[in-house]
Amino acid sequence: MLPPAPALVTTAGGFLLVLSIVAPVAGVLLEFALGERYVRPVVSTVIPVGLAIAAAVLVLLPRSDGHLVYLLGAWPPPLGVALRADGLSAVMLATTAVVICAVAIFAATDFRPQSVEARTPFAFWILLLAIWGALNTIFVAGDLFTLYVALELLTFAAVPLVSLDGRAETLRAALRYLLFALLGSVFYLMGTALLYGLYGTLDIVLLSHRVSAEPGALIAAALMTSGLLAKTALFPLHLWLPPAHAGAPAAASAILSGLVVKGSFFIVVRLWFYVLPALPGFTAAQFLATLGAGAILVGSIVALRQERLKLLVAYSTLAQIGYLFLLFPLALDASGRLETGQALAGGLIQAISHATAKAAMFMAVGSIYAGLGHDRITGISGAARALPLSVMTFALAGFALMGIQPGGASLAKELLLQETARTGQWWWAGVLQVGGMFTAAYVVLVLAHALSPPDRPVALAARPPRGSGLAALALALCSLFLGLLPWEPYLPIPYALESKLFGVEALVKLLVTVLGGVALAILLSPWPHPLAGTVARRDLKTVPGPFRRACLGFGSLVERGDHVLRQWPAAGICMLAVALLLAASMFGAN
Amino acid sequence: MSAVTVFGLYAAAAVGLGLYGLITTPQPLRKIIAFNLLGSGVFLLFGIVGRRGAAAGFGNDPVPQALVITGVVVAFSATALAIALLLRLFQIAGSTTLNSRAAASPRSDPSGN
Repeated sequence: MLPPAPALVTTAGGFLLVLSIVAPVAGVLLEFALGERYVRPVVSTVIPVGLAIAAAVLVLLPRSDGHLVYLLGAWPPPLGVALRADGLSAVMLATTAVVICAVAIFAATDFRPQSVEARTPFAFWILLLAIWGALNTIFVAGDLFTLYVALELLTFAAVPLVSLDGRAETLRAALRYLLFALLGSVFYLMGTALLYGLYGTLDIVLLSHRVSAEPGALIAAALMTSGLLAKTALFPLHLWLPPAHAGAPAAASAILSGLVVKGSFFIVVRLWFYVLPALPGFTAAQFLATLGAGAILVGSIVALRQERLKLLVAYSTLAQIGYLFLLFPLALDASGRLETGQALAGGLIQAISHATAKAAMFMAVGSIYAGLGHDRITGISGAARALPLSVMTFALAGFALMGIQPGGASLAKELLLQETARTGQWWWAGVLQVGGMFTAAYVVLVLAHALSPPDRPVALAARPPRGSGLAALALALCSLFLGLLPWEPYLPIPYALESKLFGVEALVKLLVTVLGGVALAILLSPWPHPLAGTVARRDLKTVPGPFRRACLGFGSLVERGDHVLRQWPAAGICMLAVALLLAASMFGAN
Repeated sequence: MSAVTVFGLYAAAAVGLGLYGLITTPQPLRKIIAFNLLGSGVFLLFGIVGRRGAAAGFGNDPVPQALVITGVVVAFSATALAIALLLRLFQIAGSTTLNSRAAASPRSDPSGN
């Protein structure tokens, strides 16, 4: 009675999926068993092996019809467990490998054995490989329960990274992160139990054939989605993200912000597009994207008001996570079914571009922090001359994020904008543009301070090593040239698009984004401009004075609101409300 | 009322109590205990799912039992990690509150004009 489920046999090259999990996990075990002295050789073996596996998956995938499957122990689902890779998995595997590699090079000097307190580097390298293993499992898992276990592994590896330096403040951040993530994973597990009870399988392909719009399935979908949103830190469930990402050491922040939040985002995509594409419907998708729009607004405004650079970057992550969720309503077809088309490709490319750019940005900020001994935005004037490599990395990563051609973000934005036109949802086009402007705003804000001449010569606390600076720069450049890569074998992208990335029209769009960003930065950032003393600036200031005061008042209001939302009871109630509203909108659609 | 319904109600009660505790209590240790209660509710739900499989002709569906055991292991490690963090926090800070002082007093408005 059911249509035959495709690909229930192991394909050639399927063992690569097992290897992609086994290699990092073996690294973790070896490091742990052999002890500190052998950390370096183990890491420097595992990372090239992991890169090679990711590259092999990229090469093999188009040749085997876009799917790699491995049945563990040759047991077919529903009784056995399958590992599957499609185009999405392949590009995410490759991104993870590249980012981990860059972060490892960056951290090689930071976390050299004997450089800090002995246990910190040891723990860092173990956790780095553990995160890699967990992420790879998420990308190739073929059933919802394996995804749950992988998600938990990811959390358990990410939480200690937050508190790596062992200060009370970061321990608190780690505990908040852990407890809220656990709440999220219990929600996910509850949904899994309901789905198993209804359909007797958790395999993604089998489930997608069996699932129908029953009350139980809708409740399960709402529970699982809201649990995953809590783990992704989508506004208003972001109480743990800013302190956790801002408190961790630079290399750890890069991993947390670039990769870890993408893990749960990827599961949301799997769930909505591959397990139950017909269930969510128009209202639920709009709701998800509305939360995303809220994240862009609140995250960006609060980012512009931060005193510390790391917190600014952490809040910008919050905004960028919101940006990712705009893909859901744009992927709806006429019958309210989510289709794996251009919008999904755009969202994935945005996620990849953010993973590379934000990791580079956090590493650059870490170098600036190490170099100057602080990261107060008002005190970084002259940084561009003292630390040119770090500031340039920050600038390039920022440009890639705000959508300068040929960056991944510009390609993603173009894809998503075309989808807004196709589906007639013009309001999301506005949100996409404003999101780009806000990104430009905080990049411009930081660069304006970093490029302005200092009052007195900058005294460097320490000179960051060149190797780590180059690793961050390479990652930023990687993000800046993502738009030129051949995506067609992996993601559904029309061929004609790339020509549109260059030309006068693109230049005009870029200028609008940057100018809008400058205006937003001037209006919403409370910090005195580095050139505030000059006469021209003073003349300029009289014109928008009252308006700027109103904007600042609004910003302060948003900041207070954000503070309230980041309290436990408020965040918990938000979580329940999100689950209820999602369920209600899904019930309404069916 | 059949056994499945009774157990279902128990599961719902455990989940509800756990959720309430996790959201409302300020002490981290109680939050951890509440999380365990919440988790137990979900595991009970899995057990019921296995029993319902029994109604469909199986002896007793073994897959949910395997899932529950994995889930218990995960919940156990989560609890251990949380307790370890909490102990370390208590050793360093001398208290276990999650609200740092910086979070308790919002920064004054820094705008100069």
